[in-house]
Amino acid sequence: MSEQAGERPLPAPAPAVNPETAEFWAATAAGRLLLKRCLNCGSVIWYPRAICPECSSLDTEWFAASGRGRVYSYTINYRPEGAYQDCAPLVLAYVELDEGPRMMTNIVGAGEADLAVGLPVEVEFHDTGEGSALPRFRPAAS
Amino acid sequence: MTIRGKAHIAGAYEHPDRKIPGKSIAQVHAEVALGALADAGLSLSDVDAYFCASDAPGFGPISMADYLGLRRLRYVDSTETGGSSYLVHVGHAAAAIAAGKCRVALITLAGLPRSQRMPRTSASALAPEAAFEQPFGPTTVSMYALAARRHMYEYGTTSAQLAAIKVAASRHAQHNPNAMLRTPVTVEEVLESPMISDPLHRLDCCVISDGGGALVVVAPEVARDLPRQTVKVLGHGESPKLADNGRIDLTYTGAVWSGPRAFEEAGVSTGDVDYVSIYDSFTITVLQTIEDLGFCEKGKGGAFVADGCLEAPHGRLPFNTDGGGLCNNHPVNRGGMTKVIEAVRQLRGEANGPVQVPDCEIALAHGNGGSLGTRSAAATLILGREDA
Repeated sequence: MSEQAGERPLPAPAPAVNPETAEFWAATAAGRLLLKRCLNCGSVIWYPRAICPECSSLDTEWFAASGRGRVYSYTINYRPEGAYQDCAPLVLAYVELDEGPRMMTNIVGAGEADLAVGLPVEVEFHDTGEGSALPRFRPAAS
Repeated sequence: MTIRGKAHIAGAYEHPDRKIPGKSIAQVHAEVALGALADAGLSLSDVDAYFCASDAPGFGPISMADYLGLRRLRYVDSTETGGSSYLVHVGHAAAAIAAGKCRVALITLAGLPRSQRMPRTSASALAPEAAFEQPFGPTTVSMYALAARRHMYEYGTTSAQLAAIKVAASRHAQHNPNAMLRTPVTVEEVLESPMISDPLHRLDCCVISDGGGALVVVAPEVARDLPRQTVKVLGHGESPKLADNGRIDLTYTGAVWSGPRAFEEAGVSTGDVDYVSIYDSFTITVLQTIEDLGFCEKGKGGAFVADGCLEAPHGRLPFNTDGGGLCNNHPVNRGGMTKVIEAVRQLRGEANGPVQVPDCEIALAHGNGGSLGTRSAAATLILGREDA
């Protein structure tokens, strides 16, 4: 690779926000990663939704995640599309959060030699300019 | 109730072209419909059930039924599970026929992704998961690359092992005059092809083609009166695989459930299968599916495919003898239809000569729609020769 994957600033396309997810995205704009928890069975819920897919309860609450996790899988995409078509190579990943769920994201600040399954990472937020920010991850400082 | 032996595939037709300028999508649906019905010895006026997925333009199954003049319909189904839709349709058609709801079911697939821009649908943008995935730029290839990476991590699978799947497909495609890619390739050529989304190279990916195909599924009493050899539907299984509340596991597919259901209904096991059509959007799709269907131990797929065992006619598990999606045809980015069609050819003894499996009695066709390990739909069919 001529350039290190993930070193250039990436665009931050705004997600479609709806009443069910507005609180999640408002929190990202303030630099916080929220998860949902089921108040009936205690399960962590991902992606955020109004129903617990474990026990069908509609009684859920938001809580702040640690923002830390490990890379579950990653790929260096040399042919990204859409908003990212000029951003090759783009690192797409699933990160397993310390709270359990595996979420889709991008890894930034890591070259091909740094990337590995199991790599400890921490969240950072990239402002979309529309009242939300994308939770992306970079190698953990320590 | 079981569908075993209660429906036959009487007609199968693959559009011969891979680039079709100057025609509409509906027109190509009509061409493949007529092709499959002619193959069966039937006509549009015999059809009383119509099945299609979202590649059919218009209002569910209704617009195409109207376009084709299907005036006798008493059963329609537009189940959409991506590339596996058409295997699901065969299973649903067999169940409907077994229940006496219809006698002659037509299934069509057609589209023009090379000649025209694919129509953009808003459905995926409105999906509840979309906001938590789409902003990060997932592409189809990169989603499958994530699965390949994790399989490599857990089981030591290598790029050279994945490449062996493409090599076998290319050796089959050289005998198919309609295949898009007819030149055999080597493992080295796969590994030297450009990296698209690490670890998947260009030659790990299927072709993009215009075209389509169609099937005609009929009741046994209809099959008896037809001039052509038909193929028995012996078993069917379908299984959505979900992201499951963040417990995504990229190392297996819904075939772990659809396979056993189909085998049980058919009353056969992996050792009875003479030929397999395995969904091959990417090489990793084939490798995981072969493991999940039980043809080898989980995680041992790499070693299993690396010794030429997929090559017809004499490999242990001859697969995709038309060249598959990797070399022949992947119409509308949906490979399920052509998987069934090649299985029908094998059971009729009508595959291309050098790749015809001798005395092919039992075949399996498998489709996978959606993203391999994340959110997908698997479908398995077990088919038997008419005298099976």
